[in-house]
Amino acid sequence: MSLSSTIERTVRVETKREPLPPRERLQQVFDIQDLTAAYGSKPTLKNVSMEVYENLVTAVIGPSGCGKSTFIRCLNRMNDLVPGFRQAGTIRYHGQDIAAKDVDAVAVRRTIGMVFQRPNPFPKSIRDNVAWGLKVLGMRDDLEGRIERALTQAALWDEVKDRLKASALSLSGGQQQRLCIARAIAVEPDVVLMDEPASALDPIATQAIEQLLHELKSEYSFVIVTHNMQQAARVADMTAFFSISRGAEGERWGELVEYDATEKIFTAPSDKRTEDYVTGRFG
Amino acid sequence: MSAAAPAVFRRANDRLARRRVVNHALELVAWLAAPVGVGILGLVVWSVAKRGASQLNLDLLTKPPVPFAIGTVRQGLANAFAGSLVIVGLATAMTLPVGILVAVYVNEFARRPVRNGLGLALDVLTGIPAIVIGIFVFGLVVVGRGQSGYAGAFALAVLMLPYVARATIEVLALVPDSLREASLGLGVPRWRTTVGIVLPQTIGGIVTGGVLAVARVAGETAPLLFTSSIVGNQIAWNPAHALQTVPVAIFELSEQGDPADTARAWAAAFVLLVFILVTSLGARWLANRSRRKLGRAAR
Repeated sequence: MSLSSTIERTVRVETKREPLPPRERLQQVFDIQDLTAAYGSKPTLKNVSMEVYENLVTAVIGPSGCGKSTFIRCLNRMNDLVPGFRQAGTIRYHGQDIAAKDVDAVAVRRTIGMVFQRPNPFPKSIRDNVAWGLKVLGMRDDLEGRIERALTQAALWDEVKDRLKASALSLSGGQQQRLCIARAIAVEPDVVLMDEPASALDPIATQAIEQLLHELKSEYSFVIVTHNMQQAARVADMTAFFSISRGAEGERWGELVEYDATEKIFTAPSDKRTEDYVTGRFG
Repeated sequence: MSAAAPAVFRRANDRLARRRVVNHALELVAWLAAPVGVGILGLVVWSVAKRGASQLNLDLLTKPPVPFAIGTVRQGLANAFAGSLVIVGLATAMTLPVGILVAVYVNEFARRPVRNGLGLALDVLTGIPAIVIGIFVFGLVVVGRGQSGYAGAFALAVLMLPYVARATIEVLALVPDSLREASLGLGVPRWRTTVGIVLPQTIGGIVTGGVLAVARVAGETAPLLFTSSIVGNQIAWNPAHALQTVPVAIFELSEQGDPADTARAWAAAFVLLVFILVTSLGARWLANRSRRKLGRAAR
């Protein structure tokens, strides 16, 4: 990416925000009620209730250990894989409780994709990274076209179109993460969850990913965990602030403090803890 | 050291000196013990090589033994080499799929208590004497049906299983969870993730385990005595009948009084030893290579 296009993108990122319609007019994707989660006997999240809306970027911010990652991993049953993990409460996805025991976690993840903190491409070729999910999920019609579209949407096509057969591990960190995004959106999920997707990347790669969110949110709903408040302010329409609460016996758990339009969270938060956090007095 | 050292240090000096002596003595003993281990290996290799290498010739590998040979007929042990090839090959083919499946179950699917139990069972299986396995297979397969190459291969396969499974478990554990999550996060079922993403990462390690297991059982004699030892002298490849093998041939030849037979036993032992050394070293090389590759993928 050339410097001028980077600058151009920066400007576009910062001027692109449109005012949010009132919440009643937004379509709900997730309706989360009283979500409580624990690893073993250690509670990590208590009583989280919030809604996530369609075609928006929803950011989850908060200090380390506030349960942001745990929360987002509940949304596509990724925590099922962790031994000793338990959760309570309901997570309605378009009305259906996906936290229920009889729900097929594989089907949930099929619709609700995930991009992880560290780029984790398969040790296969660039093309095969995107093709893998498509093949397994039976989306074999127009395979090459789907691969190209996904890589284009992830703003990676121009950089890799001449070396699709090269190993994905030969890409830079930022390219690898965009490949992971391409891989996730290739299978046409409805929601894409991102767990600190830019935390291992340099500023330019971060910029590219943020730009991507803006361009793709008309097609997908994004929930993004970030420890970078500026990033939340730049990319998110809605922002949820999580914080750590301490019990009488020193136990700690994360909880949702405030959830509102990003603008409001960063300029006029209604909770003192949110204000302390976003103004940098804590966390 | 200055003379003004604190009193507490000076008082300890006596004991300190004694400790130093003990330390040096123990270090010396350990230092002397190390070459003993290497020395024994060297001695074995040297004595087998000295007696066997000179007897080695192409006829040994290509010609079958001649019964009641008179004079200086050059005899071979080709029947034993052919039989060993067939039996060890068959045993590998039997044990690999089972070993890999056991490892996949233990590392990818089993809950912790089951995992620990199975790990212990594999360790115990490693420790069971080969002759016990031989008797077991004899009672299970040979009684009633007679000896066969299949029976011998089955006995060796049982011996190989824990090595293959252990090696596979080890490499499976090296595959980073982030790769599993990447695939599962796409909505790919667990078994497809295991087969398509996880297992391809471990092929190097599985091959290493297989090669090590081959090196381990290629020289096993006891289980084959029960299962595949009543044999003729012609070269045979059909495992439906009992086949001669290198270790059994060495055992039988060394029992004969004829110096020519003893010489052939040494030569066969030398070939076996070289084979095992080469495969063991090859396995080590493969293991290092696949570990390096996995390390790269994890970064």
